Amino acid sequence: MKRLLDVLREDLHLTGAKEGCGEGECGACAVLINGDLINSCLVPILQAEGTEITTIEGLVIDEKLHPIQQCFLEEGGAQCGICTPGMILATHHLLDKHPQPTLLQIQEGLNGNLCRCTGYMRIFSAVQQAALAGATE
Amino acid sequence: MRSDIAQYDLVAPNSLDAVLQILADSPDHYTPIAGGTELMVALGAGRLQSKKFVSLWNLEELRFIEVTPDAIIIGAGSTFTDIRKHRVIADEFSILAQAASWTGSIANQNRGTLGGNIVNASPAADSPPALLAYDAEITLISTRGARTLPYRDFHLAYKETALEPDELLHSTTILRNYKSYKSYIRKVGPRNAQAISKVAIAALARTKKGLIEDIRIGAASLREYPARLTATERSLTGKAIDPDSIAAARAAILKEARPIDDIRSSAKYRATVAANLLEEFLHTLS
Repeated sequence: MKRLLDVLREDLHLTGAKEGCGEGECGACAVLINGDLINSCLVPILQAEGTEITTIEGLVIDEKLHPIQQCFLEEGGAQCGICTPGMILATHHLLDKHPQPTLLQIQEGLNGNLCRCTGYMRIFSAVQQAALAGATE
Repeated sequence: MRSDIAQYDLVAPNSLDAVLQILADSPDHYTPIAGGTELMVALGAGRLQSKKFVSLWNLEELRFIEVTPDAIIIGAGSTFTDIRKHRVIADEFSILAQAASWTGSIANQNRGTLGGNIVNASPAADSPPALLAYDAEITLISTRGARTLPYRDFHLAYKETALEPDELLHSTTILRNYKSYKSYIRKVGPRNAQAISKVAIAALARTKKGLIEDIRIGAASLREYPARLTATERSLTGKAIDPDSIAAARAAILKEARPIDDIRSSAKYRATVAANLLEEFLHTLS
């Protein structure tokens, strides 16, 4: 019954996914499983068998930041950084489904990711910039 | 304190028959787990009582949505995302689609299942009021066979259901005959996203010549389990919507509701808001 989050962090040393609440509310541990945004703190590892998992480490291309990461950096969408991996993966998931999201769609797409630093406005503008840049195309 | 995970066992058979056999061979020992959005929280918090689990996640026999000319049948393993994405549910069962859209966050909707939401039996659960308004039927299965019962008879007491230890919830069936009904659903929580209801009401009604012919009201957080408010429904059947019938319906729901005081709200607030929600719906019928 080991959690996917613990396997990622402790066994695979992929410490990008963070543990926030440990109960599926904050999204700091979010990863993509077969392309779906999932809170890894709620996944028993056995249920991840045979799936393709993307953590924040997997978004980097040729040691260069992913365009979504670049937009978060430029727009001040990251401060302390604990929520950022989950925010960026949630943004990736959102832009896959809605390449040009409305503000409402952005708010819904990120509603499972809590940030205690930014007040969200800079995060929203980072997502808008990423959409303009065609970040997931 | 966090649970010691070494004490917990999870098995993941690759067929529904194999799951049912495990449940038949040792009823009371195995707890089914699907998307884990409830049980894994309890594991993390160190309050998970069961020690042995059998995984239902992604079993294709449970993750399906079937449309027939008369009904829609939603497999218990369908996620809230599956429900939101389904065209027929969006078109014909809008209050179920709405309930799915405010169940947790996107990540929770990608894992949480309709079956889990029903079987977990929280009085505050999001989908049950809509299922009650649609008068859904549920099918339970075991190696002994299948049985179907009205969902309104499934909950027996707080967190107590008609499910036997060797049974699984297989599917929920809703008839496609609500085109002539007006529908309503509203959840009142502390914020828009990821909230647990203080109170929620889902309702359907059909009127003829200004009189209510049929009305169904499902409620969350007003009784010890998700419940149809049948006495309130009776108080409205055959009535026109006017100040007298609205006052009588408010009195009926205040009498029928049995809300509690807890960390999320007070009984008085819940009852008052329930009456306001009902009145809001009734105004749409006149």
